[in-house]
Amino acid sequence: MTTDAAESREIDSLGMCTFLVTEILFFGGLFTGYAVYRSAYAAAWAEASGHLDVWLGAINTAVLIASSYTMALSVHAAHAGHRRNLVRFLVLTLLLGIVFLGIKGHEYVHKFHEGLVPGPEFALGRVAAREIQLFFSFYFVMTGLHAAHMAAGLGILAWLLWRARRGALSPPNDGPVEITGLYWHFVDLIWIFLFPLLYLV
Amino acid sequence: MTPKTYTVVFLSLLALTAATVLAGFMNAGAWNIVVALAIAFAKASLVAVFFMHLKISGRLTWVFAGAGLYWLVIMLVLTLADTMTRAWLPVAGK
Repeated sequence: MTTDAAESREIDSLGMCTFLVTEILFFGGLFTGYAVYRSAYAAAWAEASGHLDVWLGAINTAVLIASSYTMALSVHAAHAGHRRNLVRFLVLTLLLGIVFLGIKGHEYVHKFHEGLVPGPEFALGRVAAREIQLFFSFYFVMTGLHAAHMAAGLGILAWLLWRARRGALSPPNDGPVEITGLYWHFVDLIWIFLFPLLYLV
Repeated sequence: MTPKTYTVVFLSLLALTAATVLAGFMNAGAWNIVVALAIAFAKASLVAVFFMHLKISGRLTWVFAGAGLYWLVIMLVLTLADTMTRAWLPVAGK
């Protein structure tokens, strides 16, 4: 690799890093709000959190970690110029991402049926109804924003797959796989914090 | 980074997920959140250092990652320093 190519690779990756720093603060605002209200309404929020399905959350965590693993292997394959492996691991990553969103959608539908969506039909907590609804507002906004990032990631993965099949991502043109990897791992990272904060504590 | 490294990291992440679920079922009061956050930070570090290649990245990348964390900490700490200390002093008429 020439110095120019190495330099342009670092610039690509720093561009994505800059975007991810703004993303840390984007999600960080929600985490800050979460911290403020969780400390203020500890008992009501603990009760509300008990209405989430820990097992579905845990399975989804494992699914997302597996997709990060296959993404890391995609980056590795792209870097080594193994087109078949690249396509294979991108397909796996895409499928695992779809499974994650499927389980998430199933959880959302379930919450609607149980009346756990904030609003006039809210079914829980005659005592601390407002505080408990606030928890579910945070739940839906935080997981919803995360799911939107997943959906965007799936679109980018589909585009990569299309390019990879045509052989357009062989070195030294494998940069897009690497920076998509950074984005995908970041989305995984957000979930690593969302899961215990919403489902477990 | 080799696929073998990624496999070890992947298995460690799964083990830590199992650990955090188990810890969640134990009733340790205020310690629950400490343990949950400690495990989450450990998992996040594994993802950042190995999957996101921080380990083999230049110093400039570390500066970017550090800057993100730094601003996040400012936002969290200064906000909580306000909201969590409001009840410390009595306010006349409240």
